[in-house]
Amino acid sequence: MRNHVGALSAAALCLWMSAPQAHAQPAAVSDGVVRVGVIEDMSGVFASITGQGAVTAAAMAIEEFGGKVLGLPVELLHADHQNKADIGAATARKWFDEDKVDAILDVATSSPALAVLEIAKAKKKILTLSSPGSMRITNEACGPYVAHWAYDSYAVAHGTGNTLVKQGLDSWYFVTADYAFGHSLEKDAGDFVTASGGKVLGSIRHPVGTNDFASALLQVQASKAKVVALANAGGDTMNAIKQATEFGLTDGGQRLAALAGMINDVHGLGLLGARGLIITEAVYWDMNDETRAWSQRFFQRVKAMPNMLQAGVYSSVRHYLRAVQAAGTDETDAVMRKMREIPVNDVFFKNGYIRKDGRMVHDMHLFEVKQPSDSKGPWDYYRLINTIPAEEAFQPLSTSRCPLVKN
Amino acid sequence: MSTQSTVHGRSGLGTPTPAVIPGAVLWAAALLLAVLAPFALYPVFLMKVLCFALFACAFNLLIGFAGLMSFGHAAFFGGAAYVTAHAAKVWALPPEFAILAGVGTATLLGLVFGALAIRRQGIYFAMITLALSQMVFFLALQLPFTGGEDGIQGVPRGRLFGLVDLTDPLAMYYAVLALFLSGFLVIRRAVHSPFGQVLKAIRENEPRAVSLGYRTERYKLLAFVLSASLAGLAGSVKALVFQLATLTDVTWQMSGEVVLMTLLGGMGTLLGPVVGAALVVALESYLAETSLPVPVVIGAIFVFCVLLFRKGIVGEIAGILKRRA
Amino acid sequence: MFEFLGIPPQALFGQLLLGLINGSFYALLSLGLAVIFGMLNVVNMAHGAFYMIGAFVAWLLLAHAGIGYWWALVLAPLAVGALGLVLERTMLRRLYKVDHLYGLLLTFGLALIFEGAFRHQFGVSGQPYPTPELLRGGSNLGFMVLPVYRGWVVVFSAMVCLGTWFAIERTRLGAYLRAATENPVLVQAFGINVPVMVSLTYGFGVALAGLAGVLAAPIYQVNPLMGSNLIIVVFAVVVIGGMGSILGAIVTGLSLGLLEGLTKLLYPEAANIVVFVIMAVVLVIKPAGLFGRER
Repeated sequence: MRNHVGALSAAALCLWMSAPQAHAQPAAVSDGVVRVGVIEDMSGVFASITGQGAVTAAAMAIEEFGGKVLGLPVELLHADHQNKADIGAATARKWFDEDKVDAILDVATSSPALAVLEIAKAKKKILTLSSPGSMRITNEACGPYVAHWAYDSYAVAHGTGNTLVKQGLDSWYFVTADYAFGHSLEKDAGDFVTASGGKVLGSIRHPVGTNDFASALLQVQASKAKVVALANAGGDTMNAIKQATEFGLTDGGQRLAALAGMINDVHGLGLLGARGLIITEAVYWDMNDETRAWSQRFFQRVKAMPNMLQAGVYSSVRHYLRAVQAAGTDETDAVMRKMREIPVNDVFFKNGYIRKDGRMVHDMHLFEVKQPSDSKGPWDYYRLINTIPAEEAFQPLSTSRCPLVKN
Repeated sequence: MSTQSTVHGRSGLGTPTPAVIPGAVLWAAALLLAVLAPFALYPVFLMKVLCFALFACAFNLLIGFAGLMSFGHAAFFGGAAYVTAHAAKVWALPPEFAILAGVGTATLLGLVFGALAIRRQGIYFAMITLALSQMVFFLALQLPFTGGEDGIQGVPRGRLFGLVDLTDPLAMYYAVLALFLSGFLVIRRAVHSPFGQVLKAIRENEPRAVSLGYRTERYKLLAFVLSASLAGLAGSVKALVFQLATLTDVTWQMSGEVVLMTLLGGMGTLLGPVVGAALVVALESYLAETSLPVPVVIGAIFVFCVLLFRKGIVGEIAGILKRRA
Repeated sequence: MFEFLGIPPQALFGQLLLGLINGSFYALLSLGLAVIFGMLNVVNMAHGAFYMIGAFVAWLLLAHAGIGYWWALVLAPLAVGALGLVLERTMLRRLYKVDHLYGLLLTFGLALIFEGAFRHQFGVSGQPYPTPELLRGGSNLGFMVLPVYRGWVVVFSAMVCLGTWFAIERTRLGAYLRAATENPVLVQAFGINVPVMVSLTYGFGVALAGLAGVLAAPIYQVNPLMGSNLIIVVFAVVVIGGMGSILGAIVTGLSLGLLEGLTKLLYPEAANIVVFVIMAVVLVIKPAGLFGRER
């Protein structure tokens, strides 16, 4: 028994001694390392569109700097939040508190992203988001150190919605994933449809990661809506498209709109299942020599072409490091000032800039998925039909609900 | 610590008295350790451990002392978390009332679930609680106030009794520690009371307890409700610590996790669930940073415990000490 | 044209038919659970995982060996059954002498391992599995387009369920099985190898889950978590039907599927919980389940 007591007090002493020393060395770069992290969905429904691809994209940006900025090493952390807001929040909290992470440069999926956003704001750390699309990021939840990078639900809903309504497809029914991004997509697309004279007949919600869309699709079919708008992403979108074909929705003349469709979804469905879909993305690997070269290197490591989320992660990490370099420090305020000053220019994003509400503004592109006969092989999927210029692509600042804009 | 529970719980007679004094010293040392811990370890991690430890202790009250295995305790844990989060965020209640609201909800849920579930025993009991908790999961998924997949985020911690600012990590930690200790003491008191003795009698042989004139249904229901309330307390506190309530807390995998914590630490021992919870939480946060898949490791521990280690860590240690004595 | 509670008949029949399809899966899965429970007194928490593995075996066969659906329909259940046999022999067997709850806990741990491992290996995004050539397309029933494949699922699972029921209730082997459930010692004394029979029963029960997995693959994609929430509904089905009752499992499975379809029409928000509400009601009125007997 005495041994027990001894062991316990010794343990207490050890814990006491190992208490972290208060912040020392007021150097330009805190603790001599620039630490950045990305929190992704590494194995869930959104793993194929974020996941390892996003981590690799971040690593490729750092490699471009030779792994060093201001002569000091750059360290990349990544974590899997399994699409759970609480795991994402806990990771961010720990990274900031314990692991001295200087900035989080992507969080996949809206729910964990919004949770991390609150923490980053409270801890005054830089957060850039490429993978989530919720409009709350640049509206109600906006913050001075938060930048929303690759796209948002407004941008994709706007692109796809406008195009389809112009084609005379004016009655819509939504199949919506029941989380922040899904709601956001439905609302934004619905607004466009009504604003351009169309009608929203109804919507049906489903949990993220749904297997069976049959009864939702049956309802949509009965509504006779011209457009079945899928306000979901990743695996959910693929499942819904596949089952819609099975139940004869497309043969019955209804048009599917994958509002947040991405090249990986097209790859997963195959051209036969995805042909004719209208997809709004910020990037496509096969745009020019520069994008092709970068994407080939990416492909060799990930075995898939990059989508706009992954390209966005690359872009934001690169931009952050450039800002650190320009600021000569990794101190939050100084770096954020530089990030807003320097234009975003890289392989995929040209002359982008960060607005007051945190939106990184850039061109968006409208694509149509090719017919199988027009495709030259795997990953040759998109035909560019239109480019939406940066000024029109995103929510106008005048309608922003972000408190930072009003001041 | 473990010896003490052995003294009270099983052997009783003929144990040499000296064991009691180191017992008290051990308790004091553990308390001191708990008070000092946040200076050495990450407070949020410690608070998480305490929340799950209380959750596991509450669960253990049912399985360890009444022999009822609930596979639906996540409903109380997560349900209370949602209500507390909502109360603190939307109704802007101070933390003590927000917690009270959460515990109240868990208690009511416990009453309903308990009344239904104690109609059956053993595996049936487990399956019924499981199914009922899955109903709570679907409600949490669909009710507007829970925020679906997003959950409730940005829950304010507030000021405890209008005095203590809980946004300070240390203040929050000591508040959580105090709540954990009071929950733990309630359980300890319940186990050592005549009520606890009747529960054990029911666990060992229910027909005999009935024949002795005990209305076993009432005892079981009371144990169930008490367990649910305390699980709710753990969930409420967790909602304030992490400032969010999400679906994770109401999934049936969460119900399974608390079973594992209790099993690993030792069912039917007072300290087992605490040890088990600390180990599982520590393991999970360690695994989160490796490439090893968490569920596989957790599942393997589960299988190992069930096949070869059914007494759990504290149970085995108690067994060894008992053999030596 | 007639209307039922203000619902157009297309929608009504459509949802009922979908309910019947879901009910077929419930029936197949709860049948396996009931068979295992009746013989082993084990609540097989890994049942959903075996269902998932069945689907994955089919997918792996196709993706890596080019073996198609029809062979998978035979091979995948065999593979899953064999896995079940091994697990029963090496692990479950050790737990027959302790509280039955440990069987539940063991299989829960196994479910975590399987689902975690497949998730780690294949991700959760789902692997597409093509509908077999023969069963593609849909037939227009007037009120809805019924995908031929889904019709096949209803017919085939009904055949399997009836076959199983017949084998257990009407054949000599089934009689041994039922006798061994009642009194294993006595049956052993008659010279029947009860342990082997127990192993085979477990293997057969999980093979049924594997079969359901193959049937599900073309509909739902192949996904490591496909069984994890489904299985809880199936548990509720088994509780409602009465644990261990073969016929109860089949009938309850189908009717609850229908009921769920109906709820989707009348009050869609409640569709997910209606099964659990019914379970609560049944527990109050008839704790042993609709077809069960107290033991």
